[in-house]
Amino acid sequence: MVDKVQEQVEALRRLAHTPLQDCIQCGRCSAGCPVAFKMDLLPHRVVWELAQGNLETLLKATAPWQCVSCFACQNRCPRGVSPAAVMEALRLTAIRQQGANKYDAAQLEHFDPELPQQALVAVFRKFNK
Amino acid sequence: MLYNYYPGCTLSTKAKALDQAARACAAKLGFPLVELPEWQCCGAVYPLAPDAIAERLGAARALISARDKGGVLVTLCSACHHVLKRVNDDLARDEEIRNKVNAYLEVKEPYQGETKVLHFLEVLRDQVGFAKLAQLVTHPLTGRKIGAYYGCMLLRPSKVLAFDDPENPQLLENFLQALGATPVRYGMRNECCTGYMAVTNPGLCKQMVGEILRSARDEEAQALITACPLCRYNLVANAAPEQKVPVYYFTELLAQALGLQTEAAPVQAGGEG
Ligand code: SF4
Ligand code: SF4
Repeated sequence: MVDKVQEQVEALRRLAHTPLQDCIQCGRCSAGCPVAFKMDLLPHRVVWELAQGNLETLLKATAPWQCVSCFACQNRCPRGVSPAAVMEALRLTAIRQQGANKYDAAQLEHFDPELPQQALVAVFRKFNK
Repeated sequence: MLYNYYPGCTLSTKAKALDQAARACAAKLGFPLVELPEWQCCGAVYPLAPDAIAERLGAARALISARDKGGVLVTLCSACHHVLKRVNDDLARDEEIRNKVNAYLEVKEPYQGETKVLHFLEVLRDQVGFAKLAQLVTHPLTGRKIGAYYGCMLLRPSKVLAFDDPENPQLLENFLQALGATPVRYGMRNECCTGYMAVTNPGLCKQMVGEILRSARDEEAQALITACPLCRYNLVANAAPEQKVPVYYFTELLAQALGLQTEAAPVQAGGEG
């Protein structure tokens, strides 16, 4: 069981591909995150939990689905860490499982015909596999 | 120099005004855009995971095609610009991604990130020059107070995109000045409009757009410009009625200042009052 958790943590770290151990928990990423007020786990905390290997906390978090991939956190981090990449790793870990798509394509019928294509492509990349 | 052009999915459909005005202006300014004969959607968002190889192929094909046609690739949409520059950086720096992409595409001469990706605005700034552009303006936008909306995808991450100072960008303001307009600087110009959240979380999108528009209106912007079809959509469609301001693509105002008219981008009367 423990090994299985460790394995999943390692897989997440590989997906995130960012130097977690360099994080100094300064909170600059969270300070500038435009959707921090919506997040159950702030960007600096997401980095911390992955560095600690707290799998359960990470998999429960809804923050990755609030993150808009604006890269403010990554750009402002003084240590070259990318909380945005950890958010992406968490999203991918969820949606790469069978039948775990987050966005129901049937809902699209109700969307504004003026919506630019890029928004739809982006949603299917970020929320579905 | 051959200016290979990557329009992307949205400029071929919903954002024709951005595209057509750009082509007309580029021709007039001496850098005619030549659309790549074949291109695919870039995927709209940069795939962050190192194992997301298939998601990088659309961009990689365009980059390789441009390499084989002189080595320059111009693009207009903020999202395409973002994805193309970042995938190019991966192909230059990340051996594993590079090897996998080259193997999958069976590239004869392995691609290593040689193509120079330029945003249209970078061509205006670095190759035409804003001083020269100002001289070519025949219909200056005198007296119009316009705010530049950068959003995220043009600026960040600045190490890779190398477009402008991510915290205090100047490019679009200098552009507006060259057109004779009065640029309005406001705090939220480089904050995110929430992009694709317009689909999955419209409430959040409306809230962010509200803050951006309040910031712009507080500084008395009468209109905004953007390079991104999704930013433009959000700033218009997700604005509260009392906050609405006209939002133009930067190329529409450029065409106007140069006295050019295109089908999808008719010369506007500057009715933002
Ligand atoms: S800004 Fe960087 S170093 Fe600071 S808490 Fe966030 S990830 Fe860690
Ligand atoms: S990329 Fe995500 S986590 Fe980072 S600042 Fe933007 S919304 Fe916040």
